[in-house]
Amino acid sequence: MEVELLEIRNFISQYPPFDELPEEALIEVSKSVEISYYRAGSMIIEFGDKIHDLFMIRSGVVEIYRRNGELYNRLDQGGVFGQMGLLTSNKVRFPAKAIKDTLLYCIPENIFEDFCERYDVFADFVEVEGTIRLQQAVEDNSDDANSLTTSKVKTILSGEPVMLASTTTIQDVATTMAEENVSAALIHDPNLTDEGGDSFVGIITQRDLCAKVIAQGLDVETQVVEVMSTELISLDHNAYIFEAMLLMLRYNVHHLPILKNKQPIGLIEVSDIIRYESQNSLLIVSSIFQQNSIDDLVLLSHQLKDCFVRMINEDANSHMVGRAMSEIGRSFKQRLLELAEEKLGPPPVPYCFLALGSMARDEQLIVTDQDNAIILDNEYQEAEHGQYFEELAKYVCDGLAACGYTYCTGDIMATNPEYRKTQSQWEECFADWIDNPNPQALLNCSIFFDLNGVYGRPKWAEQLNAFILRKAKKNNRFLACLARNALNRTPPLGFFKDFVMEKDGRHKNSINLKRRGTAPLADLIRVHGLAIGSQSQNSFDRLEDIIEAGILPPSKGKDLQHAMEFISLVRIRHQALDIESDQEPDNNIEPENMSDFERRNLKDAFLVLSSAQNFLKFRYTANSMQQGK
Amino acid sequence: MPNINNQEILNWQAFLKIKAAESKDKRLSHFYNASTYDAETKVRDIDFVALDFETTGLDAKKNSIISIGLVPFTLQRIACKEAKHWFVTPEDKLQEDSIVIHGITHSDLKGAPSLLRILEQLLDELAGKVVVVHYRRIERDFLHATLRGLINEGIIFPLVDTMQIEADIQAARPKKVIDWFKKPQAVSIRLGSSRTRYNLPTYPPHDALTDAIATAELLQAQIYHHFSPDTPINKLWL
Repeated sequence: MEVELLEIRNFISQYPPFDELPEEALIEVSKSVEISYYRAGSMIIEFGDKIHDLFMIRSGVVEIYRRNGELYNRLDQGGVFGQMGLLTSNKVRFPAKAIKDTLLYCIPENIFEDFCERYDVFADFVEVEGTIRLQQAVEDNSDDANSLTTSKVKTILSGEPVMLASTTTIQDVATTMAEENVSAALIHDPNLTDEGGDSFVGIITQRDLCAKVIAQGLDVETQVVEVMSTELISLDHNAYIFEAMLLMLRYNVHHLPILKNKQPIGLIEVSDIIRYESQNSLLIVSSIFQQNSIDDLVLLSHQLKDCFVRMINEDANSHMVGRAMSEIGRSFKQRLLELAEEKLGPPPVPYCFLALGSMARDEQLIVTDQDNAIILDNEYQEAEHGQYFEELAKYVCDGLAACGYTYCTGDIMATNPEYRKTQSQWEECFADWIDNPNPQALLNCSIFFDLNGVYGRPKWAEQLNAFILRKAKKNNRFLACLARNALNRTPPLGFFKDFVMEKDGRHKNSINLKRRGTAPLADLIRVHGLAIGSQSQNSFDRLEDIIEAGILPPSKGKDLQHAMEFISLVRIRHQALDIESDQEPDNNIEPENMSDFERRNLKDAFLVLSSAQNFLKFRYTANSMQQGK
Repeated sequence: MPNINNQEILNWQAFLKIKAAESKDKRLSHFYNASTYDAETKVRDIDFVALDFETTGLDAKKNSIISIGLVPFTLQRIACKEAKHWFVTPEDKLQEDSIVIHGITHSDLKGAPSLLRILEQLLDELAGKVVVVHYRRIERDFLHATLRGLINEGIIFPLVDTMQIEADIQAARPKKVIDWFKKPQAVSIRLGSSRTRYNLPTYPPHDALTDAIATAELLQAQIYHHFSPDTPINKLWL
């Protein structure tokens, strides 16, 4: 008689770490579980109790607490707990309580120990729970001066809302909205007394006018009461800005009436919040242009770190942070060039100062070196104008270095005469790279394919980009070379395994998230981008174009977006943590500073990168061989 | 049921002793000799075994058992490790419509033993424990009728019926004022519906072992919600 506990096996197999275990292991677990029911509100394990099972939640909700009673984690269906106790002398470290009626699968400790020995994924999963430092750090940070959570909505109100009677015609409503230059108006019912604000009955937005009036071909003489939204999502003026943001997200509305004593006193738009949130970085940008010497700029640059940390604490995504930091970096360059021209006099021939690499891609972070170059007018004469541009380049690059943008170790800077070329020399140079591709030669110049005009004649940068795209798009040999280089840096997949092997708790190794993560991702996205002739430079924008072009297998593009965002965010957050703990931020991440969540997701992100690299290899090398025949 | 009903049996221990003496079949007398708990034993100290049959129909006189699932448990833990599951050859012909219900097919039953061959094993699993079923008309009646057919002797022992418990709880539920305005509606006390009232997950029905586990989980939930670990077993068994 072979007992099959299919129901239990099927359930367990859906959740980590069991989802990665082989069939025989799943059958083994399903046959040895014990099932236990806990009524909502009852304790499952108490601190100091003996523990001999790993618990998995079949249904219900369980809260895990720290010793001091603070909530540590809340788990639901498929969640696993008790591993800390099993790993530390069978004493419960984190008490657990059923918050809803809960059914638990109890997995006996002999299976737990056996699986830790036999399956890396299992050991990996259960042993990292102890790494709570970062999680704590992140939690602690969120209490800090996070202005979205500490500022009230009334501070960003810009004036009285436009208020119209429900009997107004749509035509008149639209006219008033246009005159007042607002994108929404509030509607009151003139037949109701205004006591207690009860006459406020609806809201009309541009979206309503578009969807309910224009799209339906509705008569503009119709009363607004017919088309207004009556499901009023509003907020008290004492609420915090983040509540407004959450409310707008939750109900997918772009306008939020703000009430005081139930009377509408204003209307918040999504853009108000965004403007507020990026105020800090915008402020830095505008003050960069008010500084009159390198010394003043250096002083200002010290604020950069705070601005960076603040954006992260306000939960900006990597795209926002990258864009803001790049904008600030560009502004430093622009102001330095203005100062240089003041000092050296106007340029003898027109030029375009270029940003290369991450700044051009709008992906700059806090730890960055400077990559730049100059496009000179075709009239440029070395003997006559050479010295001016040498001095200009030196002034700017030294200034940038003083402001924290360290010199490029590969010497890809405008101070290198190699990288001050005229328009036609640049075109020749790119034509040579593309037409006679040579992996070694291309190795160090991939960042030239992300270029952006910062100062002078930015139009020239666009023209050069268009030239590059025309040449690169259909050139399979070039793409194959670039693809081969994009495979040089691989994600550290083995890293997670090694980490588990070391049980002494010290980990000398760390991963460079830029070198092993975001950089190879940007490289491979660039290859696809060039292949389809995408005019975008930013990796996320390029990915959009790539997905639209349909050259990736379904859903792989989305996977890449998530992987890029996640690795970038981890990198950004760790830099912020370094800054806050007064350490020099870097691109390295040490496993002991990673949360379980980060580790697991990071691993997934690296797997996405790895499979995308395989696809790249297949796609471009295969094509080039066909062409070679 | 043969000349007894649950009200008449006030002392299960004494009753089983008489049955042990009366039984001619060795397996049965062995089973009865294992006896049962004192009526005042707290449920926290009881070893239960949840039992479920799949049958070819609902009439114990005409239909027969085709599969048996059981799982031993306590108020604290259900021991899947000790779960058992058998297919048995039905005494009557397997009806096409019951194939639809259980998903058990002729080929599943090919080579399955007759209940007689596993009887000893089955009784060993139940002996000395308190058997828990959902709807006793199936398990109690079918086992009794089948044994009469096979060894010319019936069987009777104390049972906890989670369906009866659920029926009693629902009947005793205080009516809210609002209920007076509502149409009286019968609350379902079937296994699946009863489980949802305790926030237990939904399982695919009609597998004897899954249903036995589902019944065990339901009893744990019922006790924690409506009784206590200190409730004496005589409040629950029938």
